[in-house]
Amino acid sequence: MSRIKGCFERLAGQQRKALIPFVTAGDPQKSVTVPLMHAMVEAGADIIELGVPFSDPMADGPVIQLACERSLAAGTSLHDVLDMVREFRQQDNQTPVVLMGYLNPVEVMGYPAFAKAAQDAGVDGVLLVDLPPEEAVEVKPLFDQQQLDMIFLVAPTTTDARIKLIGEAASGYLYYVSLKGVTGAATLNVEEVAGRVETIRNLAKLPIGVGFGIKDADSAQAISRVADGVVVGSALVNQVAANQATPDAINGAVSEVLAAMRNAMDQH
Amino acid sequence: MSERPDFSAFPDAKGHFGQFGGRFVSETLMAALDELSAMYQRLKDDPQFRADFDYDLAHYVGRPSPLYLAERWSRQIGGAKIWLKREDLNHTGAHKVNNTIGQALLAKHMGKPRVIAETGAGQHGVASATVAARLGLKCQVYMGEEDVKRQRLNVYRMKLLGAEVIPVTSGSKTLKDAMNEAMRDWVTNVDDTFYIIGTVAGPHPYPQLVRDFQCIIGREAREQSLKQAGQLPDALVACVGGGSNAIGLFHPFLNDESVAMYGVEAAGDGLDTGRHAAPLSAGRPGVLHGNRTYLMEDDNGQIIETHSVSAGLDYPGVGPEHSWLKDIGRVNYVAADDQEALAAFRELTQVEGIMPALESAHALAYTRKLAASMHPDQNIVVNLSGRGDKDILTVAAIDGIEF
Repeated sequence: MSRIKGCFERLAGQQRKALIPFVTAGDPQKSVTVPLMHAMVEAGADIIELGVPFSDPMADGPVIQLACERSLAAGTSLHDVLDMVREFRQQDNQTPVVLMGYLNPVEVMGYPAFAKAAQDAGVDGVLLVDLPPEEAVEVKPLFDQQQLDMIFLVAPTTTDARIKLIGEAASGYLYYVSLKGVTGAATLNVEEVAGRVETIRNLAKLPIGVGFGIKDADSAQAISRVADGVVVGSALVNQVAANQATPDAINGAVSEVLAAMRNAMDQH
Repeated sequence: MSERPDFSAFPDAKGHFGQFGGRFVSETLMAALDELSAMYQRLKDDPQFRADFDYDLAHYVGRPSPLYLAERWSRQIGGAKIWLKREDLNHTGAHKVNNTIGQALLAKHMGKPRVIAETGAGQHGVASATVAARLGLKCQVYMGEEDVKRQRLNVYRMKLLGAEVIPVTSGSKTLKDAMNEAMRDWVTNVDDTFYIIGTVAGPHPYPQLVRDFQCIIGREAREQSLKQAGQLPDALVACVGGGSNAIGLFHPFLNDESVAMYGVEAAGDGLDTGRHAAPLSAGRPGVLHGNRTYLMEDDNGQIIETHSVSAGLDYPGVGPEHSWLKDIGRVNYVAADDQEALAAFRELTQVEGIMPALESAHALAYTRKLAASMHPDQNIVVNLSGRGDKDILTVAAIDGIEF
């Protein structure tokens, strides 16, 4: 069983929801990331989404755009990100790690080479924002071969027919983008999200993580009541940005936000 | 080429030109692109839609644009006869308006009250603001901060037309970043907004529909060549940034095997300096802005900054159909550098009294070399894709003149 599937099953047994933090790898420097991953697990993270920096992050708002810029300025490449996961795995063999990013760095590495390298490093899943299932037909068997879960986005605009298609192509979990827009934007309408999650549940048989617009313990708690997982990105990356001059303070700042979310989510 | 494909059969239903093209966008946009595709497939052969488009091209844009024999310039070079397809004479001064007329008609059919556009040199922004003004649509144009400075005149034109110009400060602050920002806007406002992409790039169906709207250039040029020169041209030349004016000229001739084609990219400071905007000449395939195509990228798949004296060519990608036409060998892709383009800009202005856009001047620079290698009984059609008024400040600055 994949680490991701195991994770959701274990949590379901405990009647808890997955807390899924996102940070951009190598932001603001490469040495920060692995200790930060461990600190996030310590603070209650169940799955880690690790952002692979890209020069043109079209689906991201300013917070994650700037994180990409800092990471690239520090020289972070996809190879480096895989090395970070490998290093993380030396101490943590349980927490699933999902690489999240854009297609081109993977395209340039080559799909068979990437799939093999990701598996070797201990990556569990891959979410490529600009690779919809229609374009993933040739890639998917390569990822399947290496037991990498392919995680796809579902959006507020996704039709029922597409939800079915995505549900069939995906494994691990579905990432429901809770609002139209880029990462870090606006506030979310929990009732609307609840309705959509219900629809997705009826059409696809995978756990559903919800992201976009989750800023604090309250919103994390609200979303955890309707979804299987809560994805939090910009709120954490903001903490990284605020402490970029004092990297030693990053783990504490991110952990504080995350731990508050964890507590709120675990209260029934 | 061993086997000639049926060029009219591309792209396929999913928007692929061989391995290029496609639809690489985040999920939020998929429904909007499906909706646009369905609307376009329905309307493109609809007699009323075509009649509306043709009417606007004739009475608003002023088509057909002339095919002008540059006799004096041809004689001076002493080779083939050079014919200029005068897209510079269109309303708003470039070929861009052919496409914005078409997309604005689509926006109207889809009931979208707001349009957005990205722009480099500002010509597409102006053409978008123009059709938006005419149809009473709200219009916002994303433009790299660097280009806002380089193209102040077009920025003010857009404002006069009632559009809001939003300077983009991320990344390299040029066309690619404007496109990123327009995509972000579209993801956020997808319900009420139509994104008017200015070139034959982006996710399917944009490369197809922009091409189809721009093909008026080649259809006219083909007819005019037969009538005025008595034969098909021996060669076609057009500049290639995203590549919409080039595909518009080339496409209706693709099945004419005797017609050679040259797409001219911007070599900037020179292809060997790395400071250029020539993905077909010096890049490799990758995925950006919704399609697979040749890109300027580093070994890690990061997009690298481009350089060209002409803002409209300053783009690290290119339309996917060009990538395909390169790989199958139907079109030759070459490059002209900043100095060659500036020299051609001055030469055409002084010899023919026609001031070309710096983008088009890249095509003229290559035409100059090509014509010299050909015979006086041969004919070249070059796409004079825009007029140079917008570039006067750039050229003046190079001459050390301040206004």
